[in-house]
Amino acid sequence: MSNPVETSELTKRYGRSVAVENLNLTVPSGEVYGFLGPNGAGKTTTLRMLLGLTRPTSGSLRVFGKTPSAGYLSQVGALIEGPAFYPYLSGLENLRVLAGHAGVRRTRVDAVLETVDLAERAKDKYRTYSLGMKQRLGLAAALLKDPRLLILDEPTNGLDPVGMADMRTLLRKLAAEGVTVLLSSHLLAEVEQICDRFGVITNGQLVAETTIAELRAGGTLRVRAEPVDRAKAHLVSLVGAAAVHADGAAFDVRVAPGEAGRINTALVTAGVSVHELRWREPDLEQNFLELIGDDDHAG
Amino acid sequence: MLGDLRAELSKQLRRPSSWLLLAVAVVLSLTFGYLIPYAGLSGATSGPPGSDRGLASMLPDAFVGSALGGLPVFVGALALIFGVLVAGSEYGWETWKTVLAQGTSRFAVYGAKLLTMAVGVLVLVLALFAAAAGASALVAVVQDQPPHWPAVTEVLKGLGGGWLITMMWGTLGIALAVVFRSVALPIGLGLVWLLAVQNLLTSIAAPLLAWVAEAQKGLPGPNAGALVAGLGASTNTPGVSQLVGSGQAALVVAGYLLVFGGVGGWLLQRRDIG
Repeated sequence: MSNPVETSELTKRYGRSVAVENLNLTVPSGEVYGFLGPNGAGKTTTLRMLLGLTRPTSGSLRVFGKTPSAGYLSQVGALIEGPAFYPYLSGLENLRVLAGHAGVRRTRVDAVLETVDLAERAKDKYRTYSLGMKQRLGLAAALLKDPRLLILDEPTNGLDPVGMADMRTLLRKLAAEGVTVLLSSHLLAEVEQICDRFGVITNGQLVAETTIAELRAGGTLRVRAEPVDRAKAHLVSLVGAAAVHADGAAFDVRVAPGEAGRINTALVTAGVSVHELRWREPDLEQNFLELIGDDDHAG
Repeated sequence: MLGDLRAELSKQLRRPSSWLLLAVAVVLSLTFGYLIPYAGLSGATSGPPGSDRGLASMLPDAFVGSALGGLPVFVGALALIFGVLVAGSEYGWETWKTVLAQGTSRFAVYGAKLLTMAVGVLVLVLALFAAAAGASALVAVVQDQPPHWPAVTEVLKGLGGGWLITMMWGTLGIALAVVFRSVALPIGLGLVWLLAVQNLLTSIAAPLLAWVAEAQKGLPGPNAGALVAGLGASTNTPGVSQLVGSGQAALVVAGYLLVFGGVGGWLLQRRDIG
């Protein structure tokens, strides 16, 4: 079966300015893929090309194996560059209009309004909605066709913390139902909480691609024990010298999180008093900056 | 395509400005076609164009011409504004992306907009005819005149001609909206052409320069004026003159309609959605 998203050497230029350059991106079925990068990196341009709103200068793209043509987005829902609706219509009327364009039954409108928790305000004019409500209506529009691929551009923009948590829950639920999600964000924390895998784009180029698990790798076990020399000798014998980093009277030991119990038992058995044994999460931001090669900000 | 048409019709039906434009067109048409001429009926024998129209032009058998009189100028301007709103608002509200992300094609949406325009201007022309018919019947009753109505074929020809002209101006509005990807500039430029430049060409340039007088025979405004003149509108009305024959005028107006529609569709298909 074809991947939901595949691009090959995808490039978009505006005059001499390059927005996206030779982008090779593959999003497999069922994955929640994050498209991470600073503002102006080329994320939205890429998503717009996937939706056929912007034409590539060169390269190719396929969505479920189809190139842009009539019916190409039949299984795709999208929210791009923030929500945009007709201000004089209610949320309900806006979705009914879009249901007409999408060729879906009107009964689907009520279902998606329930999904995004907007049914109570559905008959209010769109212009009276808060930014968060507009964003939820945008997501409702993206869900109208019961899509197999969701393309979301900064989906949590304007949402309050509860709304953001609801959005994350909804996206995980959709992913569990088999919907592939491609979302862009400039926030590492957002991608970390929602995505399985992510690509980093800067200056129009995909500079790194990794999983959240890989980014989280590198946490350390903080060990404070006495006597220090004996503790160090035992730690080195347990995990090797390369994994033990002395920090004053304490040690940072690079091991898997599940190893803490084994190390504690070994030290205590050897007569070493363990005063502190604490798992320290990796600094995701630090790892991220190293990943994208940002030497100015990486520590 | 049918879903797109339903969606476009729904947008315009629920839009207050669509009804406002219709109301303004009817009020202006009645004001300049009946109210002012009727007020001047008793005394004036000369004055501004249109003010010297006699009772005959306000009676039922002349209602088709009265209904069509405003089409080359102010009704045309209102149709152009309607066209700009139909297409240009999608740029202003950035809703093109919302619509096209639903998987419909640009061609289908553009086609639905043209059809919506066609329905909208048909409603406009029907409303103008109904208002003019009602006003003329009222004048006949008040003036104790026999109500002679025009033949059905004459009414149908008038409706067809009126639809063609308003559709042309509306499609120009759609094309301008696509060209400039906005609302304000297309309306401004469209109105400058329709209300100012055309009149300046007719009243100042054409009498002085023979080639301008000749070129006018190929311009949309003078042909729209010639068409409504052939359908019974008074040539005392601004923008209405028998510059060319009705057949030629209808062909030229239809030609512009196709050109405007084609240019708008081609550009929408070709360019990125902003």
